Amino acid sequence: MQLDSKVPAGPLEKKWDRHRFELKLINPANKRKFDIIVVGTGLAGASASATLAELGYNVKTFCIQDSPRRAHSIAAQGGINAAKNYPGDGDSIWRLFYDTIKGGDFRAREANVYRLAQISNHIIDQCVAQGVPFAREYGGLLANRSFGGAQVSRTFYARGQTGQQLLLGAYGALMRQVHAGKVQLFPRHEMLDLVLVDGNARGIVTRDLISGRVESHAAHAVVLATGGYGNIYFLSTNGNSGNVTATWRAYKKGAFFANPSFVQIHPTCIPVHGTYQSKLTLMSESLRNDGRVWVPKNPGDKRAPNDIPDSERDYYLERKYPSFGNLVPRDVASRNAKAVCDEGRGVGPTGYAVYLDFRDAIKRDGREVIRKKYGNLFQMYERITGEDPYETPMMIYPAVHYVMGGLWVDYNLMSTIPGLFVLGEANFSDHGANRLGASALMQGLADGYFIIPYTIGGYLAGTLLSDVKEDHPAFKEAEKAVAEKISRLLSIKGRRTVNDFHRELGRLLWNNCGMSRNDADMQEAKKKIPQLREEFWENVTVPGTPGEFNQVLEKAGRVADFLEFAELMVEDALQRRESCGCHFNEAYQTEDNEALRNDETCCYVSTWQFNGDGKEPTFHEEPLVFENVELIQRSYK
Amino acid sequence: MSKSINLTLKIWRQKGPDDKGRIETYELKDVSTDLSFLEMLDVLNERLMLEGKEPVAFDHDCREGICGMCGSVVNGIPHGPEKGTTLCQLHMRHFKDGETLVIEPFRARAFKVIKDLVVDRSAMDEIIKAGGYISVNTGGAPEANTIPISPDVAERAMDAAACIGCGACVAACPNASAMLFVGAKISHLALLPQGKPEAARRALSMQRKMDELGFGNCGNERECEAVCPKEISITNIARLNREYIKASFGYQEDL
Repeated sequence: MQLDSKVPAGPLEKKWDRHRFELKLINPANKRKFDIIVVGTGLAGASASATLAELGYNVKTFCIQDSPRRAHSIAAQGGINAAKNYPGDGDSIWRLFYDTIKGGDFRAREANVYRLAQISNHIIDQCVAQGVPFAREYGGLLANRSFGGAQVSRTFYARGQTGQQLLLGAYGALMRQVHAGKVQLFPRHEMLDLVLVDGNARGIVTRDLISGRVESHAAHAVVLATGGYGNIYFLSTNGNSGNVTATWRAYKKGAFFANPSFVQIHPTCIPVHGTYQSKLTLMSESLRNDGRVWVPKNPGDKRAPNDIPDSERDYYLERKYPSFGNLVPRDVASRNAKAVCDEGRGVGPTGYAVYLDFRDAIKRDGREVIRKKYGNLFQMYERITGEDPYETPMMIYPAVHYVMGGLWVDYNLMSTIPGLFVLGEANFSDHGANRLGASALMQGLADGYFIIPYTIGGYLAGTLLSDVKEDHPAFKEAEKAVAEKISRLLSIKGRRTVNDFHRELGRLLWNNCGMSRNDADMQEAKKKIPQLREEFWENVTVPGTPGEFNQVLEKAGRVADFLEFAELMVEDALQRRESCGCHFNEAYQTEDNEALRNDETCCYVSTWQFNGDGKEPTFHEEPLVFENVELIQRSYK
Repeated sequence: MSKSINLTLKIWRQKGPDDKGRIETYELKDVSTDLSFLEMLDVLNERLMLEGKEPVAFDHDCREGICGMCGSVVNGIPHGPEKGTTLCQLHMRHFKDGETLVIEPFRARAFKVIKDLVVDRSAMDEIIKAGGYISVNTGGAPEANTIPISPDVAERAMDAAACIGCGACVAACPNASAMLFVGAKISHLALLPQGKPEAARRALSMQRKMDELGFGNCGNERECEAVCPKEISITNIARLNREYIKASFGYQEDL
């Protein structure tokens, strides 16, 4: 099967304009005849809901949290990129496009990424108009800073809470439409199935998390903006409720899954310290502007950091990458941290940490300057670890942060199921094999505010849809399947907790399909995952009943899906015979241990089609064609 | 560094909104002081489930102090004893071996208990719905730098905008007032030029909605400010009052 990306013809700069002209329109008065379901209220979901409602569609918006404002976009710290070139340092739409394509190791679609760069400037205008309090220069104009992986200052920020402020802007826009009666909001609702009628996505089945009621919702189109599946690793920087359930169940209804093994590991997180830890906390990448990363030269050196003289320290990033030093991109920094720890030179009680040392910066600039720049981060570090980073170096280690894989979408952000659109982290489209800092927020808002409002109209105007209500047999059937799965989970009454299974799965994936992968480990994971899944369905304990507020039941359903998805993830990692971006297969590396891409045979998006439980999925590739950029080896030496 | 402590936990258990609720006592041994407060509850829940008992329901999500979803009252203080800290960022090293902790849900007329420590805070969304935004459609925004904003103003707006909407201010207030929350939003938007055109309408509608939902008035107790995990200042309440009075005198449109 040939996947049709629907990328418009013509020069790159004109594609989106041309496409918008070619898309069919719906008369403003007719938009009210269409119902659209949006699942998720992060940057992508909230902005899409608000904008679609402003246009006149009837929108039903669902989220699993108690309020749309809790979506995990709120936790993004650093900033959002745009090609405004306010600092006049050589930025342009083209450069933002190029950096993003290159940063993703040439595994993203050119036309999508170019459109993202074009739209980036409108996002800043829109957010400023909404009252997002971005940082300002003395003259009152917007301030910019630089971020890992870029040599220009194109990042807009609101202290260390950029994601929060952008989300509150989108949430405000959404609540305005709730007030106007154009959005019906369903908080504490979880999507548990996608419903197709005549092959088109026509609605969803949800569980009301308070009453436990299983409900159907029909619409003319469904938009998934449900974020990423990084929580499959158990420990990650994601909010606890992030999961794969909505996208996984859409996959089982026919939506192809793309690049499921592309998982970004963020290099600067507070390391794991104990068995019952539930969460990894990210320390902003901006710390690497002044902090120097090092480990002892000798394995097993257990002295306190300040007792280790400079001559016995290995500033390995500065040594290996003299021109980028501590500011190498995320994948390079992460892999190198793992490598020194694997050599036995890691620090801290577990040996899986490296130092991020501000001693020299404090000596150079004074404590006060450092406090002004990073005070809140230092405070956060101290709160979590109980150690003072002004006195002793921070300890950091890489952690799962973001996923580049997701449901496959075409240029319209539509999946292989007609009428099912996928936005933000839930789709695969813009970041290739590695996401640069400050570009996740950009993609979420571009998809929600500026792409879906056009493309969904084109779909609705060009498709003849029959009248479908919630009493259609397809809904009844899906409801029944959902209810059966729930009662099965509750009836097992085994001896292991849901978290216990989740923790074991996470450890297996981290060790065997994590930052650095090899075929033997992945084969082992492929063997062990089905065994663990089998044990889960025989031995998990889920207390309570279906018809009540039951947090363990919620989690059990999500872990059950993770246990299925994990196998696809490993399969995808095995399938890719190269190293690229965050996917590092040890068999494919250069002489100096850098990722070795294979553009001859692997320049594609890997996509997977579901064939039924227990059956092998079918592999399809979307070849990536680069007409405007030359594929070069990324080098940060 | 890491050590272990033993705790006695007295936790509010309530099956649902109609259940009367009661305090139940649990002994928890060998709690690592590296754990966060919520991880300590996770450990308790794992144990309860293996004993065939119902785990304690509590709300949480990001576990890094920004989503605003967590929050319980610990020994009488919303989010616990550490200043400027959400419950998820409170660590067990701040407690002593042998200590007794009383853990209850946020209490306010407008916050119905859903189960155990989980409360319904949708009333706060209702207040935002009434006008806590700038009315701008997507697509027509002017170039971002056409309206300069002094960095001082942007900083003050950001101080207020940092509110995470957790509801601790309401739970700490003897009147269950939401005025710190509303004041923060009003300030954030009223300070910025973009928010000025509808500032009067916003102040009136949000204030009225707050009263209608059963939140009390501010009595200058300052408990809200004391417990706020983001240390939002009560000067925002003063600004809310000014904006409200200004609007009451100068604004004619029928709401």
